[in-house]
Amino acid sequence: MSEIQFEIDGRQVKAVKGMTILGAARNEDIFIPTLCHHEELEPFGGCRLCIVELEVKGWTKLVVSCVYPVEKNIIVRTRSKKIDRIRKTIIELLMAHAPFAPDLMVLAKEYGADGDRYEKDPSFCIHCGLCVRYCDEVTGKNAVGFVDRGINKEISFIPEIAQKECDDCKKCFPLCPTSYLQAAFVLTKALAFAPSQPVLSEPESFKKKVTGE
Amino acid sequence: MDKDRIDGNIELNTDQVIDGNIELNTDQVIDRVIDRNIDQDIDQDIDQLIDRIIDNYHGQASALLQILLDIQSVNNWLPGKALARISEKLEVPLSRIQHIVTFYKAFSLVPKGRHKLHICVGTACHVRGATRILDTVEQATGIKSGETDLDLKFSLETVNCLGCCALGPVMEVDGKVHAKMSPIKTSKVLKTYG
Repeated sequence: MSEIQFEIDGRQVKAVKGMTILGAARNEDIFIPTLCHHEELEPFGGCRLCIVELEVKGWTKLVVSCVYPVEKNIIVRTRSKKIDRIRKTIIELLMAHAPFAPDLMVLAKEYGADGDRYEKDPSFCIHCGLCVRYCDEVTGKNAVGFVDRGINKEISFIPEIAQKECDDCKKCFPLCPTSYLQAAFVLTKALAFAPSQPVLSEPESFKKKVTGE
Repeated sequence: MDKDRIDGNIELNTDQVIDGNIELNTDQVIDRVIDRNIDQDIDQDIDQLIDRIIDNYHGQASALLQILLDIQSVNNWLPGKALARISEKLEVPLSRIQHIVTFYKAFSLVPKGRHKLHICVGTACHVRGATRILDTVEQATGIKSGETDLDLKFSLETVNCLGCCALGPVMEVDGKVHAKMSPIKTSKVLKTYG
C-alpha cells in the first residue's frame, strides 16, 4: 500500500491510495459537513455539502470530497469564502424541501443560510439515499427504494417486503436526517400492508351503540 | 421465439387482461369464483411469457432492462405481478426494478391501450392548430392526455415534437405518422382503428 501525502487546510496529511478526501480528513479530525455520508456505505455524492476546493499545480477546482480519491501533492481547502457560499446555497435549497430538519438547522446557523430564501416545496426528503443504500448494502433487505426521477423522485417502501422485514429491523430510521422516512413507512403501513386479521375489530363503545345495548 | 407465437400471445394476453380489468373497474358484484379463475389464468399466462423471455436472455440479471422492454412491447404494460416474477427469477431486488421501471418513460405500470395515439403539441404543430386535433381526439375517445380508455383500445399522449414540423399538425398512431391533420380527418383516421 503506497502512502500519499497531501495538504488539507495547511496541514500535511497522509492517506492510503484509494481513500477519499473526506475519509482522509476524518482520520485527521478535520471536519467536513455531510448529510449523505455513512461509514458502512459506499460513497454516494448525493448531498454535495462536502464540497471542497482543490488546488493542483496552481489550478483550483471544486470537487465533492466524499467521492474524490486522494492524490499526491494536492492542496485541499475545506473552508473558504467560495465554499461557504456554495454550502449556504445548498442548505437553502435543501431547506425548501425540509425546513425543520434538525441537521439542516444546525448547518444553516453555521453558514448563515436563510431557510426562507427559496419557495417552500415541502417534500421532507432531501434524497440523501441513506435509507435506500443502508437497506440494500447493510441489511440486504431492499425494502425501500427510489422511484421516479428528476423533481418527482421519492423514496418508496415495497409493501410486500416491508411488511415482512421492517417491523423487526427499522435500522434505517435513525439515519434519516428529516424523519420523512418514518412518515413514509407509517403511510405505507396504513395504506398498503395486507391486513393481519380479516375483520377489523371495532371499539366496544361502537358495538354497543350499534346493537343498542 | 418465432413471430407467430409472439402474436398468438398478444391476442391471448390482451383479451384476458381486458377481462380482468373490466372486473376491476365496474361494480364488483359478479361471482367471485369466476373472478378468481380469470385471475389465475392471467397469472399463469404472464408467468409463462416472462419465463420464455427471461430464457431468451439466459436468465442474466444484466439483461434486466431488455427483458422489461420485451415484456412491455408484448404486453403493453408491466403488471406488478410480472415485476415480482422477474425479481424472483433474476434475483434482482424489487426496489431496484421499481426504480428502473419508474425512471424510463418507455415503461408503463398501468394498462395501456392497443393503439398508441401521439398528438404533437410542439410549437410548429401548435400554431397550425394542434389543440383542435387534441380536442377532437379527446372527444372521440373520451380520454384525456396520459389516459387509457376502459376497453384498452386507445392510449392518448401528447408529445412535443416528432421532427416533421412541415407536416403539422401531426398525429402518430402506433408509429404511423398522419400528416396535416384537420378535425374531420382526425375522426376519419380514428375510425379506421378498431
